[in-house]
Amino acid sequence: MTPAPGVTISGEARLGGAQLFAPLTLTLAAGQWTCLLGGSGVGKSTVLRLISGLATEAAFEGDITATDTAPVAHRVAYMAQDDLLLPWASVSENIQLGARLRAEVPDRARLARILARVGLVEHADKKPAELSGGQRQRVALARTLMEDKPVILLDEPFSALDAQTRAAMQDLAVEVLAHKTVLIVTHDPAEAARLGHAILVMTPEGLTSHPPPDGAIPRPVDDLGTLECQASLLRLLRSTVS
Amino acid sequence: MKYAPVVAATLFALLVWQIIVSATGLPKFILPGPMLVAETWWENRAIIAEHTLTTALEVLIGLAIGTALGIATAIHLASSRMARVLIQPILVFTQALPVFALAPILTLWLGFGLWSKVAMAVLIIYFPITASFFDGLMRTPQGYLDLARTMQASPSRILWNIRIPAALPSLASGVRLAAVYAPIGAVIGEWVGASRGLGYLMLLANGRAKTDLMFAAMLTLGVFSVLLHLGVARLTRNLGQHGA
Repeated sequence: MTPAPGVTISGEARLGGAQLFAPLTLTLAAGQWTCLLGGSGVGKSTVLRLISGLATEAAFEGDITATDTAPVAHRVAYMAQDDLLLPWASVSENIQLGARLRAEVPDRARLARILARVGLVEHADKKPAELSGGQRQRVALARTLMEDKPVILLDEPFSALDAQTRAAMQDLAVEVLAHKTVLIVTHDPAEAARLGHAILVMTPEGLTSHPPPDGAIPRPVDDLGTLECQASLLRLLRSTVS
Repeated sequence: MKYAPVVAATLFALLVWQIIVSATGLPKFILPGPMLVAETWWENRAIIAEHTLTTALEVLIGLAIGTALGIATAIHLASSRMARVLIQPILVFTQALPVFALAPILTLWLGFGLWSKVAMAVLIIYFPITASFFDGLMRTPQGYLDLARTMQASPSRILWNIRIPAALPSLASGVRLAAVYAPIGAVIGEWVGASRGLGYLMLLANGRAKTDLMFAAMLTLGVFSVLLHLGVARLTRNLGQHGA
């Protein structure tokens, strides 16, 4: 696979005449995790939807470019807070949804590798309703991996999980998404401190870059630098709430 | 356990019926009692069975054709904006017409036999099936559609792999509703012109002041409709399981 490109989105968005976000430039470094942290309603999901080429209610003026100059929209895989598993399809069928929707021949060997990698082999034939929340989110991650896209967009993917499952999913996601260009949108300072090579705080005024803690991701949950960063991020978020 | 309330309600209804008959002393050609109706039903069981078979055949064929037409229409409407603009208002308008008024003309067009009754049943159930399935097709969760779009799926692949499966529970509730309406359609058809069927039998019994036979035929139709509804509910149960 060719190396993942960096992605830059620059522009502004309006929602029904009002400014959703002021002119901003957000750059996702190639092969790195960028965390976009912010409260509800500041337009962080809109940024993610714009990059993935999905329709938004906001009107966007600006550009979305990749460092290799090829179009971005067809090279993204998307994972949301809702696992979006089709309830009538098995785990394997859900993971292979992309191939099915494009009328492609499914790659069985690749499916088997991915099932093993996310630890779902014994659940392959189950329906989503038979799985726990964490397992369902692993299926969603496997489906994202199966797409084999260089740019991965994660929209608060772990926020509905309990704390220990969330930490385990963060570890797994970093492991399996190595070398991809990842944008993770989150409202959780702890998640940003653990996962971001770069951390950007989004407020109604615009983007603020926050230095990430030292160390490779996923950073240990009890690392002092990570905890300090988490506290500093929370302070920053609270200071912008009027 | 589950049947206990049904049995209790039935006994209660029969009791009320008997009390009304006894208290008012109405002649039996005005309101026969439950015992007399049961007796008449048993004496005429062969005739009633024969007419029930005719009505059942009309209803089942009507249900099959109406469901197929409803499914096809809903899919067509869901996949084409043009179809929605052109056909949807017509559908709503036809639904506002009293279908009963069409019964005589259907008999004229399709004859005295089976097919005019099938057509009535189809006309009555076509709209509920179309409307409920179409509604389901237009309410696909947005997240599924977003996901499919990032996977570069074509609209027709999205329709067949996501929207239709996601709408099957809505179709199931439409079909269950249709199972209750279809016998009404068939009976209206028989009323207007027929030589067989429970509707015909009711009309005939009425005309000869055989009110007990009329009641026997009517109750048979009621029981048939309930059984049909239960059967269809059982058949469509698996369709309705997911979704929600």
